[in-house]
Amino acid sequence: MLAVHKFEPSSRTNRVSSNQSGVLMSDEANKGLLSPLRRKLLMGMAAVPAITMLPRASFAQAPATSAVNTTGLAVTDTEVTVGILHSATGTMAISETGSIEAEKLAIEQINAMGGVLGRKIKFIQEDGASDWPTFAEKAKKLLVNDKVAAIMGCWTSASRKAVLPVMEQYNGMLYYPTFYEGLEQSKNVIYTGQEATQQILAGLNWIAKEKGAKSFFFVGSDYIWPRTSNKIARKHVENVLKGKVVGEEYYPLGNTQFNSVINKIKLTKPDVIFTDVVGGSNVAFYKQLKAAGIDLSKQALLTISVTEDEIDGIGGENIAGAYACMKYFQSLDNPNNKTFVPAFKKMWGEKTVIGDVTQAAYLGPWLWKLTAEKAGSFDVDKIAAASPGVEFKGAPEGYVRIHENHHLWSKTRVGRAKLDGQFELIFETADFVEPDPFPKGYQ
Amino acid sequence: MFGDYSLGDLGSIFVMQGFAGLILFSVYVLMALGLAIIFGQMGVINMAHGEFMILGAYVTWMTSNFFQSYLPSLFSGYFFLAMILAFVASGALGMLVEWVLIRHLYKRPLDTLLATWGLSLILQQAYRSVFGAREVGVELPQWMLGSLHVSDSIEVPINGVFVMCLTVLITVAVAYVMYKSRWGRQVRAVVQNRIMAGAVGINTEKVDRYTFGLGCGIAGVAGSAFTMIGSTGPTSGQLYIVDTFLVVVFGGAASLIGTIASAFSISQTQSTLEFFLSGSMAKVLTLLAVVGILMLRPQGLFALKVRK
Repeated sequence: MLAVHKFEPSSRTNRVSSNQSGVLMSDEANKGLLSPLRRKLLMGMAAVPAITMLPRASFAQAPATSAVNTTGLAVTDTEVTVGILHSATGTMAISETGSIEAEKLAIEQINAMGGVLGRKIKFIQEDGASDWPTFAEKAKKLLVNDKVAAIMGCWTSASRKAVLPVMEQYNGMLYYPTFYEGLEQSKNVIYTGQEATQQILAGLNWIAKEKGAKSFFFVGSDYIWPRTSNKIARKHVENVLKGKVVGEEYYPLGNTQFNSVINKIKLTKPDVIFTDVVGGSNVAFYKQLKAAGIDLSKQALLTISVTEDEIDGIGGENIAGAYACMKYFQSLDNPNNKTFVPAFKKMWGEKTVIGDVTQAAYLGPWLWKLTAEKAGSFDVDKIAAASPGVEFKGAPEGYVRIHENHHLWSKTRVGRAKLDGQFELIFETADFVEPDPFPKGYQ
Repeated sequence: MFGDYSLGDLGSIFVMQGFAGLILFSVYVLMALGLAIIFGQMGVINMAHGEFMILGAYVTWMTSNFFQSYLPSLFSGYFFLAMILAFVASGALGMLVEWVLIRHLYKRPLDTLLATWGLSLILQQAYRSVFGAREVGVELPQWMLGSLHVSDSIEVPINGVFVMCLTVLITVAVAYVMYKSRWGRQVRAVVQNRIMAGAVGINTEKVDRYTFGLGCGIAGVAGSAFTMIGSTGPTSGQLYIVDTFLVVVFGGAASLIGTIASAFSISQTQSTLEFFLSGSMAKVLTLLAVVGILMLRPQGLFALKVRK
């Protein structure tokens, strides 16, 4: 592990070893040498696992461009270009801003540590503008004109579905950050968020055991992700937990009136309200739930769609007490996260919050870097082949490893929303949950 | 679906559901009133109506932050000031927009559709640049949260009651201004015959500007009130625009009574169907019914009788 930082690259080469295991940063050893300021900077950089930091002198040892790039990607002797493709404008900008921020942070940190295969990462950012054909068009532009080595991007399933044929046709590599409904797997995509079974099943098991929950009421926005997720949840509740789904309701995206469904919830008195309402509707739903006198400290509510980002809009006082089931919370107490959160806030402002997807987006550039180093190449085919088994021990969520199916092994966690808009970790699975995008018995 | 429930349960659910319908009704009226003036009276197809509402919401958010930081003791009453400020801010912006953009388009009503659509995009991006892409949470004073406990199973949301009262108040005020005041007479005169109104000495430009400003100001108040029940983000206005036009068009564009009647029928249909079917199906059936009625009665529920 190493501890060189970018401020004096040539004078220091205290690279201890170039293992990939991302051991904890040993800045204790350097203490005496560092001014307080530099120490602080170094701590910030410890947000990342120390891989191989290559001092300038060692660029000479970086593999030749002809060796790492046989397919005409935008790779020079000193730079490699990747694309960032999210919505910076339009409806989805609310959600995708965090992902853009996380990816830029990761790229900056990687560059500060010397880049990938001796090359700094340069990024080209394109705006998908919350419009799915635009996403496809921009993806094509990034692959065909800019010849980017990888794309960090997309957020909604619709945008991913629009981009997927482009990625496959022009053989690109997409790192997709959002938790999603599954039922997809591609050589050209690494899914850094959880697929539905990973996210949902452990949470349902937990709430059934912990709260003795038998009856569930599902409320979701009306599109593919909530519907698929609820289908999986229903099968699990009925077949595995032997419980009962007493209601399943969908509202159009952007709906702002939930009083009727709230009345139905009151009538059926479910043990658990299970929700995957998204976007602006979320805010309306929780505000009206609270206004209708449903007290979330007494009525169990499990959501798979509310992260710290959404709570910003909902308001902590409206959702305090609700349980959320995903893989990352900003409040996670582990060494990686303790350096990641301050680094993120330093770059994007003290008030920024970090939700599950933001963290997953942060994994993208890192996993790509680790894979490129494992493969010794930027070529997409080699990256795709080398991806399974790549592990990232510096992940803010703790640890992730890429599965054969290009999804990540990850833990599932349940957090409880607090008044200040943060989650308190209540439960996490003991083991890493295997990603299963095509779950048998849940179709 | 009622087999499993006791009579008491059912009774209270019908009461609650009635309230849900009434709240939806108030929300519809509140968001449609401003547009009823702008579209109904002036014939301007204002696609930026939602963005004027969101300006009101952002003003409320800023007022709330201001009170929290500087006047925490008065926080419980900030909402009233916020609504006034929202009215002023949206109204002022409306007057500016009328002066810069709309007044050149009175003879080309269909072009107002494009122009205001463009305006709505500009405003959305402006909100995004100024306030950030993420939604903001407007903190409410404690007394506006929660519900009135009527019986064990009947709870009336306080913010719903608040919206209802506000709607009644504003509707009465608008009706008075439009139909009883001298200025309202001028507005109606200008709408009916711009040239003649000018000939009898009405300053039509001024009337237009204030009418547009009034409509936008009411949108601002609506946006302010909706911070209690919905989201506040750069694009939140888009959530309301379709329903708003639906209510105004269905009611008969030039009629205030029509707007209210249409808000009532749409909201009651919607909320009753929502209870018996799912949310999406309710929306589909409501829209189908509206389309069907409009095919039979293109002028909407209530139309002014005018000589053609």
